Parts: sequence; structure tokens; C-alpha cells
Amino acid sequence: MTIPLTDFAPLVTEMFVLTMACTILVVEAFFGQQFRQLSYVLSQLTLLFAAVISWNMLDMDSVVVLGGTFVHDPMAALLKTAIFLVVFGAFIYARSYQASKGPLRGEYYVLGLFAVLGMMVMISAHSLLTIYLGLELLSLSLYAMVAFDRNSSAASEAAMKYFVLGALASGMLLYGMSMLYGATGSLDIAEIANAIAAMEGRSMILIFALCFIVVGLSFKFGAVPFHMWIPDVYHGAPTAVTLFIGSAPKIAAFAMAMRLLAESMGSLMLDWQGMLAILAVLSLALGNVVAIAQTNLKRMLAYSTISHVGFLVLGILAGTAEGYSASMFYAITYALMAIGGFGMIILLSRKGYEADRLDDLKGLNERSPWFAFMMLILMLSMAGVPPTVGFYAKLSVLQAVIHVDMLWLALVAVFFSVIGAFYYIRVIKLMYFDKPESEQPLVINTDLQIAMSVNGLAVLLLGLFPGGLLALCLNVFS
Amino acid sequence: MIDTPLLSLLVWLPIAGGIALLAMDAMGNRACRQTALVVALATFLLSLLLYTGFDLETAAMQFQEKHSWIAAFDVNYHLGVDGISMPLIILTTFTTVLVVLAGWQVIQNRTAQYMASFLIMEGLMNGVFAALDGVLFYVFWEAMLVPMFLIIGIWGGPNRVYATIKFFLYTFLGSVFMLVALIYMYLKSGSFSILDFHMLPLNMTEQVLIFFAFLMAFAVKVPMWPVHTWLPDAHVEAPTGGSVVLAAIMLKIGGYGFLRFSLPITPDASGALDWLIILMSLVAVVYIGFVALVQQDMKKLIAYSSIAHMGFVTLGIFLVFTLMDNNGSLQGASMGMEGGIVQMISHGFISGALFLCVGVLYDRMHSRQISDYGGVVNTMPVFAAFMVFFAMANAGLPGTSAFVGEFMVILASFKANFWFAFLAATTLILGAAYSLWMVKRVVFGEIANDNVKQLEDINAREFVILGSLVVVVLLFGLYPAPLVEVMHASVGQLLEHVSVSKLPMETGLALMNSVQP
Repeated sequence: MTIPLTDFAPLVTEMFVLTMACTILVVEAFFGQQFRQLSYVLSQLTLLFAAVISWNMLDMDSVVVLGGTFVHDPMAALLKTAIFLVVFGAFIYARSYQASKGPLRGEYYVLGLFAVLGMMVMISAHSLLTIYLGLELLSLSLYAMVAFDRNSSAASEAAMKYFVLGALASGMLLYGMSMLYGATGSLDIAEIANAIAAMEGRSMILIFALCFIVVGLSFKFGAVPFHMWIPDVYHGAPTAVTLFIGSAPKIAAFAMAMRLLAESMGSLMLDWQGMLAILAVLSLALGNVVAIAQTNLKRMLAYSTISHVGFLVLGILAGTAEGYSASMFYAITYALMAIGGFGMIILLSRKGYEADRLDDLKGLNERSPWFAFMMLILMLSMAGVPPTVGFYAKLSVLQAVIHVDMLWLALVAVFFSVIGAFYYIRVIKLMYFDKPESEQPLVINTDLQIAMSVNGLAVLLLGLFPGGLLALCLNVFS
Repeated sequence: MIDTPLLSLLVWLPIAGGIALLAMDAMGNRACRQTALVVALATFLLSLLLYTGFDLETAAMQFQEKHSWIAAFDVNYHLGVDGISMPLIILTTFTTVLVVLAGWQVIQNRTAQYMASFLIMEGLMNGVFAALDGVLFYVFWEAMLVPMFLIIGIWGGPNRVYATIKFFLYTFLGSVFMLVALIYMYLKSGSFSILDFHMLPLNMTEQVLIFFAFLMAFAVKVPMWPVHTWLPDAHVEAPTGGSVVLAAIMLKIGGYGFLRFSLPITPDASGALDWLIILMSLVAVVYIGFVALVQQDMKKLIAYSSIAHMGFVTLGIFLVFTLMDNNGSLQGASMGMEGGIVQMISHGFISGALFLCVGVLYDRMHSRQISDYGGVVNTMPVFAAFMVFFAMANAGLPGTSAFVGEFMVILASFKANFWFAFLAATTLILGAAYSLWMVKRVVFGEIANDNVKQLEDINAREFVILGSLVVVVLLFGLYPAPLVEVMHASVGQLLEHVSVSKLPMETGLALMNSVQP
């Protein structure tokens, strides 16, 4: 098969990131000792530049290239831009992370870039194989990142758990894909969709395929009952890695769900709608209730992630353009909140001490009113209290769900978000109402200060003027 | 109407002032206090322009501003006031000035944040009253919780954390269901405009569900029995300023919600379920009145008295259906509703004043227990005069603003049903009993202990605060016309709107009737 040269035009971002990741790997090997910040600076420039490229590709027409394995459409361009920016923020936080062993080594950024590449491939996948390829590239990078701190037994345990469970989930997904291939005779998403639409009735094998794929997806999302890895991995991994895992991969998981469920198995919507409804309700319930019992901030945010995934899934299961765009908005804004939340742990940590207990937040308002205020905004946003962006994310998802006459799901969702509000406002209580445990002044890098402030203010400003991003997300699906 | 965006100024000026205060934290408490006072006074004076520029003849929204805000959901930044919301905005700005003054000396700990919270909350509450868009309303409504949550939690009493989390979660639980109702109506009507919601035809099932969703939000806020339990806790733990704002304004937002949302959007459900609200209101009036009688803590007593008085408000508002059935005319019905609104405003002044009185005592003695006091009149004669006056006003003494509202509601309930009136009128006895008995134990008698002996009478600042409240309470008590006139057109229009059923078939009948001579 010959591939015309023009086919590579939509891949320009991927090629750029790949080249840069390899370059940085080499640069790190040779100059890593002399110029400690070199790979960091290069990675950040890569991300910024990639963000600019993919942002400019937003208006390009949808096109399928490379023999139907790769698609470029507005959704891909928007999601990639979001991922670049989120990872850019994550890297800033990560650079200041020196809780256990001093500054991070350059491999963190290289692995991060490869993970980004994996996410990009997932987002632009137009064939089951490409999806799997991207997913594995992402997962392998993440496994390695979790195990980054090799002297920490908690991190090794977390990496092992993540790897074993992740491999199991990948197996499930692959098994489902193979059945889907068997039933439809194609790996191409568009052809699968056509084949399913042309079928009379529903074949047993398709439903089996669907079940396995949904299981694999829910594992990657961390939806209950496939959430077991989330708290342990989030807790055990170094915070700079938790920050990474907890943010951008959710956006990629959303894209994978879109490609697999909405685009290739859209005709089976009635079937996966029911499955997702169960997952969503369970995630909302378990995530919000169990988070209350946590004393560790990372674990609490892990359970909070699970509950947010519940909301995200709600938007997808609505099965309308409105619902998809609501979910997309949710994924992007959640990633923004998540890096802020974990970033706060890095901000409070100092050399040799990881401030990941809830008690470490005590009296933050006395130690630093500004960062207490930033955390206040982030927590309110996660709780869905206006005028923060989290409110509009919930609003648009609820709207989509009510629009398809699933009022009961909306009621369940708001009920559990009230329960969830408790543990978010408990964080505010710790920061504002309690006395600080340590009087040590906070030592914060300038770039970390700027990142945290920009992050918090972005959550607030997007809450005051959510129209632009909402419109972007809607346009992608219209 | 006027080119200056007056309502936007009223919302954003205090918020901007609050943010400025946070920024000037380092400049010392004195500068912060003065800035806060200037901003609060400026906002109050601006809000008076609402009154002078108000057109009494029309029931339409005035001072409207409309800009597209979130085009994707057709959400507009739409502000406007009518005769019901305008007085409440002035009440808000007036109260905030007093609150800033009341915290002048007491709040030494993080003064800038304290003042900023109140100013930001003032802006948000003005926004709640002025919002004419569902999402905008909800944003202000929820955002308002945050400063209050912090005020109670940071500057409150010993049990403040429990109280403030209870306050937050109670209100949050109530309001999320309102959000679902708002979204539902948006999907039916294609717009988030509250005025469009008013015109939206809904069948009975929808109306009942929406009515209950709103009831959950507003009943918690009012608060109505049996969801009132957060209020005594919040009041007792809140600093004086927090109690004042809670009692004077936040509770009114619940009553306002019934008038702006429940009645006009779900008139048929409100008519069919008015017995429920009347029942809950009467329980609040009678039962909570008795509960107030046995309180040992002054703030708790006033908190329970607030619940009882707010029962009057909801009673007055929901009497209209019985009145319309009995009389067939809107004239009589308007008395109950106007009485309810007057009662809201008047209760804002009086309960605020009582909390300020308790604050004056608490600042000196650091106790709210009635038993710690006695014979205060001997050492604080001027203060005693104020406190006796406000207690009398709380009991509904003729000549004070409370009398006007209570009298109108009782009169209206007489027209509706003798037993309603009978039960409602017990408030005159109970209110007098708990208010005056408290005054008797605190103010009169022999000097109870050495602490009371050493009390100093109020200073000029406190005199100004309490004195200005005396003036307004007397003013609206003796000459309520300005207040009633302002709301007359809006109440009339609301009643007319409510009297027309939204149900498909009956709407047709009503239209036919109006066409026939």
C-alpha cells in the first residue's frame, strides 16, 4: 500500500511531538547532568508549540487518512489542544516537586511526552488497532511513571497494581475488539458502524463485544466497579505523577469512549446506555460517599475523581450531541481542576516532606490567604458551586440528561453531589477555620506561584464567562 | 429607562470593593474598615436612586439590563426590579451599612476578610433580587452561601464549624433540586428567562413536581417548619453581623422566591397545595412561638422568633388562593400578600435590630445566656430604651412596622378562614410573651451580678446604628404608604397572573370567559 504524502498533513502534531520526545531523550542522556532544566524547557516548548499547531487545525475539515486508521476532526483538534495545555500546567507543577528525592529527573518529561503521544493517537484513532496502540503507549508510560520513585515501596506496589489490573483491562478491551471484528469483519470505525447498522436484530456476539469493551473503558475511566486501582495508584504514586494521571488521561478516555461507543457502536446505543447508567450511578454513589472517610488528600481526590467520572459518563450516555459536548466540557474542566488540586499538595510540600494529608491544609488561610483562596475556588468548582466552572460542567451534563427524559438520573446525580459537597467544604473548613499545624513559612517557586494562581483564576474566570468554551465544545459535535 | 446600569453597579460595586479590601489587607484594620464603610454607604445611596427613579404605575420590570452571557444555553445577563424586589434591595444595602458599623470594634481578627465577605455577599444578594434569568439567579443564590459559610466558620462561636456546615449543606440540598426544575423548564421553554417561565404552560404533574422542587429550596431558606433546624444553630454561632444579615436578608430570599418563582410559575399547583404551606406556616407560628418561649439563649430566642414571623410571611403569601375563592375578587387577596411583603421588610429591620442589641451586650459580657443578665437598665439606660423598643416592635406593637404587616395578614386570614386567623393571632400573645419576658429578665430588675454592674452604656457608633433602625421602624409603622405603594402594582399583576390557570383546558375556558361580555 502506498501512502500519499498529503496523508501526513493531519499528523503534523503527532510527528512533531514524537520527534521532540526522541530528541529530548537523547539530549537528556548526553547533557542531562550539565543542564538540569534543559529537558524541562524543551518539553514545555514542545507542548506549547504543539498546542498552537493543533489549535490552528481546529477549523480543518474532517479527514480520514493512512488507510482509514487515523482521523482528524474538530473534536480531535480541540481535545489535543486541551491535553497539551493541561500537561503544560502539570509539568510546571511537577518541576517544583521535590518532596522525596529532590528535583525530578528528565525521564519524567520524556515519559510524559510519550504518554501525551499515546493520548493523541487514542484521540485521533479511526480503527480499533489504532485505539489499542495509543492506549498501550499511554499505559506503558504511566506504569513507568508510577514506579518512578523506585525506593518507595508504596510507589512500587502502586505500579504493580496498576500494571496487573491495567493489563487485565487491556486484555478485556482487546477481547471485546476481537469479537467486534469477528461480528463486523472490519477494524475501521466507520465500516463497523455501517456493518452494525445494516444488521437485522442484535447478535449475541455483538452484545458480548460491547460488554467487554465497556468493561475495558470503565477501567480506564475508573468507573465503579472497575475503580479499585484508582485510590491506591493515586496514593502510592509520587504526587507529580498522580497529577499527571489524574488529569489529561481522562480527556483521552473520553475520546476513546466517543470513538468506540458513539462512533462505532452508535446503533447499539440502547444497550450501552443501560450499562453506562449503572456505572454512572455506582460511581457517583461510591465516589462521593467513600471520599468522606478519607484522611489523605490524594485518596480523597482519587475518590472524588471516581465521582466526577460518574458525571462524565452521564453526559456520554445521553447519546446526543448535547450530551457528548457536555461530557467533553466536563472532561476538560475537570482536568483543569484536578491539576490544581494535586498541585496544591506540591505547593505545600517541602523537601523530604509530602503534604498529602488533609491536616496539612489546616490554617492555610493564615499561612497564605491567596493560595487558600485558590484552593477554595478549586474545591467549590469540584463541588459544583457557582460561579466556578464546575457548576457549568454539571449544569450542561444535567441538561443533556434531562433532555433525553432521564430525569431520575439527574436527581440521583444532584443528590450525590450534595453528599459530595460535604468533603469539599471540609477542606475549606480546614483551611479557614482551623489553626495551622506547622508554622513553617511556605517556600514556593515563582513559577509554581504563577501556575497555581493562573489555574485558580482560570477556574473562576471560566465560571464567570463559560460561554466561549461551551460554544467550542458544542460546535465540535454539530 | 436610565442609561447608567444602576443594578449592575449595585451588584458589582460592593463585590469590587470587597476584592479591593482583600488586596489591601496589609494596610491595617483601620483603613479596611473605613473603605468598607465608604463602599457600603455608596452602595446604599445608589440604591436609593432605585426608589426615586421607580415608576409606581407599572408592574413591568424596571431598570432592566440585558446582555447575552452564555449564548450556547441562551443564558442572558438580565437584571431588573419590580415593586417586590426593589424594597428588598434597599433593605440589603441598608443592612450592610449597619453590619459594617457593627463590626467596627469587635472584629480585630482578619478585619479585611470580614468586611470583604460582607460586601461581596451584599453584591450577591442584590444579584439574587435583581436577576431575571434562571441561571443568573441560581449563580447568585449559590455563590451567596460561600461568604456566609466563611463568616460563620471563621468569626463564629465555639460550635461554629458544625453550624456552618449544617447551614451550607441544608441550603445546598434544597437548591440543587431547584436547579433540576430550572433546567427542566429551560428545555420546555427554550429559554432561561424567568419571565418566560411565568408564561410557560405546564400540566398539573409538572407543576406539582416543580412546585416541590422550589419548595425544597425556598422552605429551607425561609426557613419553614420542619426544615428550620439549621437556623438556630447558624444564628447562635454566627458573629453579630452574620446573624443580622441572615435574619434581615437571607430569610427574605426564601419568601421572595415564592413570589418570583412558585406562585407565577406553578399557580395551579400552588393553589392546590396551598393548604400544605398554610399548615406549615401555622405550625411555625404557634409551635415555634412556644419553642421560643423556653429558650435560655437570647440569640436562639430571636432565631425562633424569626421562624415564627417568617411563618406569617408565607401564610400571607399563600392565603391568596383561599381569598380569591371566597371573595372572587383580587382586591381582598392583595391584602394578604402585601401584608406578607411588609412583614418581610419590617422583620428585616426588627430582627436585625434585636441581633444588634444582643451583639452590644455580647461584646461587653461575652455571654448570650439570659440568666447571666438582669438589671441592665441600671447601668445602660439608653441601651435599655432601645432594647425595650425593639422587643415591643417584635411583639407587634401598633405604631411600629411589625404591626402593619401582622395586622394585614391577620385581617386577610380572617377573611379566609376564622381558624387561620385564630391560630395566626396567637402570635400576638406568644410574641409579646417571649419578647417581653426576655426583656424583663435581661433589662429590668435588680442588678444581677458584678459583671452587669460594670457595663458601660452604648457609644455614639452603637447609638447611630440602633437609632437609625428606630427611625425606619417607626417611619414604616406610622406611615407605611410609601412601602405599600411601591409594591401595589406588582402585587396586583402577580395576583392577576396567579388567578389564571396554566392548565391547557382551563386556560381556554378562562380566555372564553374574558371574551364574553
